[in-house]
Amino acid sequence: MKRIAFAAATLAIACAAPVYAQNEQFVPANFYWVGPYAPGGSGFGGGLIDYMQMLNARDGGINGVKLTWEKCETEYNNARGVECYERSKKHPPTGATVIHPLSTGITYSLIDKATADHIPIISMGYGRTSAADGRVFPYVFPLITTYWSQATVMVKFMGQKMGGMDKWKGKKLVLVYHDSAYGKEPIPVLTDMAKEYGYQLTTIAVPHPGNEQQAQWQQIRQIKPDWVILWGWGVMNPTAIKAAAKIGYPRDKIVGVWWSGAEEDVIPAGSAAKGYISAGFNAPGADFPVMKDIKKYVYDKGKGEFEDKSRFGSIYHTRGVVAGIVTAEAIRNAQAKFGKGKPITGEQMRWGIEHLNIDEKRLKELGATGLMPTLKVSCMDHEGSGLVKFQQWDGAKWKVITGWMEPDRKLVRSMVEADAAQYAKEKGITPRDCSKDSL
Amino acid sequence: MNFFIEVVAGGLLAGVMYSLVALGFVVIYKASGVFNFAQGSLVFFAALTFVSLMERGWNIWLALAVTLVAMVVLGIVIERTVLRPLVNQPPITLLMATIGLTFVLEGLSQLLWGSQPHGLELGIPDVPIEWLSEKWNINISQFDLFGALVAGVLVAVLAVLTQKTRIGRALRAVADDHQAALAVGIPLQHIWAIVWAVAGFVALVAGVMWGVRNGVQYALTFTALKALPVLILGGFESIAGAIVGGLIIGASEKLAEVYLGPYVGGGIESWFAYVVALLFLLVRPEGLFGEKIIDRV
Amino acid sequence: MLYREAGQFKSTYAEDQQIFPIRQDRIAMLALLVVAFVVVPLTGDQYWFAAILTPFLVLSLATLGLNILTGYAGQLSLGTAAFMAVGAFMAYNAMLRIPHIPIVGAFIIGGLCAAVVGVIFGLPSLRIKGLYLAVATLACQFFVLWAINRIGWLSNYSSSGVITAQRIEIFGYPVDHSEGKYLLTLSIVSVMALLAKNLMRSETGRAFMAVRDMDVAASVIGIPMMKTKLLAFAISSFYCGVAGALYAFCYLGTVEPEAFTLDLSFRILFMMIIGGAGSILGSFLGAAFITLFPIFLNVVSKSLENALGIEISHAIVSNTEAMIFGGLIIFFLIVEPNGLARLWQITKEKLRLWPFPH
Repeated sequence: MKRIAFAAATLAIACAAPVYAQNEQFVPANFYWVGPYAPGGSGFGGGLIDYMQMLNARDGGINGVKLTWEKCETEYNNARGVECYERSKKHPPTGATVIHPLSTGITYSLIDKATADHIPIISMGYGRTSAADGRVFPYVFPLITTYWSQATVMVKFMGQKMGGMDKWKGKKLVLVYHDSAYGKEPIPVLTDMAKEYGYQLTTIAVPHPGNEQQAQWQQIRQIKPDWVILWGWGVMNPTAIKAAAKIGYPRDKIVGVWWSGAEEDVIPAGSAAKGYISAGFNAPGADFPVMKDIKKYVYDKGKGEFEDKSRFGSIYHTRGVVAGIVTAEAIRNAQAKFGKGKPITGEQMRWGIEHLNIDEKRLKELGATGLMPTLKVSCMDHEGSGLVKFQQWDGAKWKVITGWMEPDRKLVRSMVEADAAQYAKEKGITPRDCSKDSL
Repeated sequence: MNFFIEVVAGGLLAGVMYSLVALGFVVIYKASGVFNFAQGSLVFFAALTFVSLMERGWNIWLALAVTLVAMVVLGIVIERTVLRPLVNQPPITLLMATIGLTFVLEGLSQLLWGSQPHGLELGIPDVPIEWLSEKWNINISQFDLFGALVAGVLVAVLAVLTQKTRIGRALRAVADDHQAALAVGIPLQHIWAIVWAVAGFVALVAGVMWGVRNGVQYALTFTALKALPVLILGGFESIAGAIVGGLIIGASEKLAEVYLGPYVGGGIESWFAYVVALLFLLVRPEGLFGEKIIDRV
Repeated sequence: MLYREAGQFKSTYAEDQQIFPIRQDRIAMLALLVVAFVVVPLTGDQYWFAAILTPFLVLSLATLGLNILTGYAGQLSLGTAAFMAVGAFMAYNAMLRIPHIPIVGAFIIGGLCAAVVGVIFGLPSLRIKGLYLAVATLACQFFVLWAINRIGWLSNYSSSGVITAQRIEIFGYPVDHSEGKYLLTLSIVSVMALLAKNLMRSETGRAFMAVRDMDVAASVIGIPMMKTKLLAFAISSFYCGVAGALYAFCYLGTVEPEAFTLDLSFRILFMMIIGGAGSILGSFLGAAFITLFPIFLNVVSKSLENALGIEISHAIVSNTEAMIFGGLIIFFLIVEPNGLARLWQITKEKLRLWPFPH
């Protein structure tokens, strides 16, 4: 009975749906605005939407094709994420032609579905690292950098701080990680690098949700490591920083992953967070030309996603803007190939992402120099950049302390290919031939 | 040895923090036999209201008082709308009603105050006491000691309230049998409103203490998870049990994590507390301080 | 009027004992099955199969499993998701390591492994009762997830502990479309629901209910406590295990251990209570309410926004939806504390007389 009522209601709604113009490109905004991870979801989603809104207002869309979107609440929950995806797939006028799942779990759940549906997934800085091998994962794009690239850059950064990679010999490194698929991601890379550079690696798991970490940090106090890598998410981050202060471990020896490096991760820790360092693939700030444009064309007109204006230019916000830039550039790319001023399909979008080439010149035109690294995607390499910056919390805001740093490409690439090959074997996938340009 | 003492002491003090949350469950269970699933949400709501008022420039005491009033009002409203229509229903129905309440409370808190996390500092630094760490190299946080003090005062107040006052006697009568209590003229509705208000107060205290540690954010609702093994170990209707249970769970899970964890890959805290509780229960099935269950056919 | 059993005579014991003794029920059930197996596959689209019906069926099965343990045998469990995880990971391993195993065989292996885990964690139920028993299943919940994260063998040594369900083939035909997966799920769930319905009418089922209603009395009249309780754990975990395998193979495809957190256990418990403890039908109603209603609310609020042409901040909408959802749970409980299944029964009682109440 309930199902019939539901069907009837859905039908009624489908009939009442507004009429859409022909020249529009639909981009789903399936994020989360409630629950424990709402700061990340609403910030990232806000940035993406703000950027698209700015493009519509400033340029009238992309070559005259307006961007439209609809929000769908995933609650950071796999089941809701899949439902939102399936719903956005048939959203008029174009259906979803690209998706940002913004959750490692949802990304995993969508890899099969999206590949079958020919809808590219952009999992920027999360999701399955080995999807960087585009031969096995044609529709998945862990753009800019992956967890493994990041882990190598972190080790490099710490080495630099100590005065050279040879200083690692005999040093101690501790990885404090969220006990989940996400948290375990860097362990193989760090283990491999330990062999190469001769440091001693200890991994310490923090059970979900990570709101109590006394035992873990007491262990760290015993180990007395030279560096600590924090691989956390949500409440685990401020709790870790607080616990570090509690045992007197210097905060400027803790380097966080980019999901541990937003304002929302350090503000709850208060003054204890001063000096804490984190990685990032986007810089915070409201002064980039593109951010000024968003302010001018969106916020000054009384629009924009944030009621709380202090979130403008925050880490999650600019990360969403970077997602917007990447998405829009890929659409532009696809249009250039398949017909300017026309909406594109999922397959064409895939081509567009795979041939992205955002160099310094293009970054300047976009007004995003320094906001994000240069990016060149190819069939072989779905990551496209691998560059990482580091930033330090000064008690009030994040300050970028390095330029873009290179990962250990050789190591990461060999591990990516090995993992992707195993996946291909398990699933019975024949990797495609990258020498042919295919749709 | 010093490290062992440090781990035990830290564990005991962490256990006190669990007890703070567990107390809220006990207060309600004692008086109504309801396992209040929404206690975690109450903690979140209280702390968020308090910190949001403070961020709007209110004086700390004023904010505290207003939050307290809000919790009392909330208690009365819950009694009116949820509990009163469900008098004499089986416990599982009441449990489900509190689950419904969870959704409402979490929605309401975020609707009112947004979902951004907030920092909270009370002026008591969460750093080791200097002379202890200098002399014996033992790290014990000042804030943890403050937490223990707060918990002690809270327990004393609750004990006086339930054992020495008229309300307390009525409360215990209600806990034994709703209908019998009604029959001898105890105003059940008032009692429940009072109980929920008290639970709201306990939630506020727990929320503030945990808020300092984790920041005031949605994740405060997860603190309820930490209270579960404590409750099961200590018994659902015993205030003393909540404290003792908290101490045992806190100390044993930290010891296990530090000394056992490294051999099996760490992170065993998540289930070790339940195993400890299970072992105790196998000896005493009604919890350490629970009332003995007598089966009659 | 519509629902009258007058004139339906039973002349044999077999007729009297059938599952649906009333003709209208039989017709309704048949119609429902025809709709589910024939009409829906012909008319539905991928959204309905992949995002609505498959998860609904899978969670119904899990709720059914919990209902056998908690609703019928009276043993509270908060470890449903852990049993599902065991089912999912073991079914994956069965497919991986046993050559040419049929998919249903893998599901059964997954279910059996879950049953073994269920029996182990069911042992304390011989001594601990009521709310306190939750501790054993909670221990199971956390321990199983921890172990899956630690034991590399279970995920074939994938670095992050994530498994990808293999392709499903039935008699050589690949089932890779959401419609096929829906039909596979539906068949398994239908068969298992029928089995459960029959089980509950058998001696075993009656023993379960006796234990639930008063275990001391049950043991006095000669029901073996250990066998009955452990059997309840085993059967329930088997159902949950199969549900978990379906969750991985037919619904999500790639799963991480974190898909089976305590949160999922609680959600399944909500489904059971809201549907009605101790009712097969209730398992389905409860699963429908908890999984579909938030989506329904979301769709309605979207269309309201479109229709009225106003733009409300999305956070406000989402939070309001949560509040309405919670409020409705409370409302339903006040109207009918014994769950949706009881509500349906009352409706049927009313329908017997309707439209002539006297």
